[in-house]
Amino acid sequence: MIAINTLTSTAVPLPRPNVDTDQIIPKQFLKRIERTGYGDFLFFDWRYQHDGAQDGQPEPSFILNAPAYKGAQILIASKNFGCGSSREHAAWALTDYGFLVVIAPSFADIFFSNAGKNGMVLVRLPEADVELLTARSTANPAHKITLNLEAQTVTDDEGFSANFEIDPFRKYCLLNGLDDIGLTLRHSAELDQFESAHDKKFWLTPRPANA
Amino acid sequence: MNNTPKTLFEKVWQQHLVAEPAGEPALLYIDLQLVHEVTSPQAFDGLRLAGRKVRRPDRTLATVDHNVPTTSVADRLNIVDQVASRQINALRNNCAEFGIEFYDVQSPNQGVVHIIGPELGFTKPGMTIVCGDSHTSTHGAFGALAFGIGTSEVEHVLATQTLPQSKAKSFRINVEGELAPGVTAKDVVLDIIGRIGTAGATGYVIEYAGSAIRGLSMEGRMTVCNMSIEAGARAGMIAPDQKTFAYLKGRRFSPGTPPESRHSERSSESPSLSSAVDESIWNEAVAHWKTLVTDPGATFDRELTINAAEITPTVSWGTSPGMVTGIKSTVPLADPNASEADRKAFHRALEYMGLTAGQPIEKIDIDCVFIGSCTNGRIEDLRAAAAVVRGYHVASTVRTMIVPGSHAVKDQAEQEGLDRIFKEAGFEWREPGCSMCLAMNPDMLQPGERCASTSNRNFEGRQGRAGRTHLVSPAMAAAAAITGHFTDIRTWNFKEAK
Repeated sequence: MIAINTLTSTAVPLPRPNVDTDQIIPKQFLKRIERTGYGDFLFFDWRYQHDGAQDGQPEPSFILNAPAYKGAQILIASKNFGCGSSREHAAWALTDYGFLVVIAPSFADIFFSNAGKNGMVLVRLPEADVELLTARSTANPAHKITLNLEAQTVTDDEGFSANFEIDPFRKYCLLNGLDDIGLTLRHSAELDQFESAHDKKFWLTPRPANA
Repeated sequence: MNNTPKTLFEKVWQQHLVAEPAGEPALLYIDLQLVHEVTSPQAFDGLRLAGRKVRRPDRTLATVDHNVPTTSVADRLNIVDQVASRQINALRNNCAEFGIEFYDVQSPNQGVVHIIGPELGFTKPGMTIVCGDSHTSTHGAFGALAFGIGTSEVEHVLATQTLPQSKAKSFRINVEGELAPGVTAKDVVLDIIGRIGTAGATGYVIEYAGSAIRGLSMEGRMTVCNMSIEAGARAGMIAPDQKTFAYLKGRRFSPGTPPESRHSERSSESPSLSSAVDESIWNEAVAHWKTLVTDPGATFDRELTINAAEITPTVSWGTSPGMVTGIKSTVPLADPNASEADRKAFHRALEYMGLTAGQPIEKIDIDCVFIGSCTNGRIEDLRAAAAVVRGYHVASTVRTMIVPGSHAVKDQAEQEGLDRIFKEAGFEWREPGCSMCLAMNPDMLQPGERCASTSNRNFEGRQGRAGRTHLVSPAMAAAAAITGHFTDIRTWNFKEAK
């Protein structure tokens, strides 16, 4: 897993509320059994043309296709980003494309969790701050934003500076690129003990043996 | 401390706490994980890479639903789409390698995961249930804590049977009073999402309560809990009661059901309701389940009460499940007080849907009807649709698809003759699966096609690129199929059986 502490990058503004994971990565790419290679399909329906001779060509009006935003590692989104389906492919598509940070006023729960498991840093900022950064990155594609996870700050070189909240444990895992399963296995003894008592509760067992 | 009144959610949460390390999320035990082909291959790969096993195959259940064709048995056994076929084969092989029970395409137990869990009795009150699918919230209808997870978490549960979880806040939604005739569970949940918004319950577990919720059948309760995620909720729950127990008694994997009626391949009878239940075992289970209610005086972080009588047959008009209105209403006008981003989203939705503000809902013509999905693919849903359809014929301008949620639902419907009613009326009667709810298999809308759908999401492109989805109840979808446009089910002329 990637472990980020600081990142300075240009940013792609995407000021649309309720961007769902079906938009981030449409269903036809969920049939693949690999974990990589989803970046080309990120925002597929918006990003490519779908009719006639131009079918499959980049849609010029979609911001990801503007050359000036190429290489940006920060996405500035709008409220409730990542709602809908639990598909982790959405996080895989964003990271595979190169987005390591998403800044938005709010995120959907499952997406928030999935992104963290893949080392992405999701930053919640007040709507007015997000609108300001959106405006600056829209007006100037070269506008750079700096994330400092350790200090929990987002800054730019035009004087913007904001602190953001993050769960301390999540921050610790992100900074160290920790594997969740490994962390859980620290509790193996407690788990064994809990489980042997819990298994006797046949009314909570999928396939009760005694009946 | 132990006498503090607790919510249903808190009780289930506390009974599953393995560890509460300081400064970290709690470690929650998971009673059951449901696995399907789409969100699992990378999880099994992760196990292999790390040399890990599946800790509890007996607490794991796998089936195929998202990718499978619904056209014919032959098409299911020989899937043309090689990418889909490879994914289904991967699940087959992974289940064999890791010792997980797998209900394959033509198993009589196959169906949409959230349909087969309850109908086979895997789902039980008080359980923790996860699946790599956001509609896992369906199982909350039984008083289980059930929620969708991503693939990394699927792997985590396979390896450890636990999940690190931060405790969600609690939100009780009381729907009080009586629903008007023709108003269904689907209308209730669409109405709720319309009121609180698609992020209205983000960070919360919802408990649905009140006389209108208690009045719903188990099928209806599953429909309500199913769409909790569409309001952003982590999960939705309903306290178990006599209806819950009556639904579960004698199910194949319910407590007290004799083992011999458990392993026989079910053929045509309804999902194996055994009559030879061991009453002492059953009663002990029920005694435990009866404790799963919110104590009087327990407090919620948020509470909302809705008057059931205000809810009308509901239709979504936009590209987000919160964009809903009543059948007698019109496509709304732009809200002058909305933020610029919201106004843009509103106009974008209208443009995508090919609608104009102020247009009457009943005047919207449709091209397609889809009845099925984990939201509305159960037997009661098909009965409701068949009651509307009986004696009528599908409009010539409409193509249709009825996709039972499972083989058991399909068999039951055929036993009741519902398939004949549908076929005589000109509906297509399909094999079970997720189908056009998310259009991962060949069932999809063409660009611009407008669909009355009993599914759960009206996102752009959800049912096929540039397709236009309107979410409705099964009865409303059936009526629209007959008339060719949205039609108020409250004034429908139901024809009796001959």
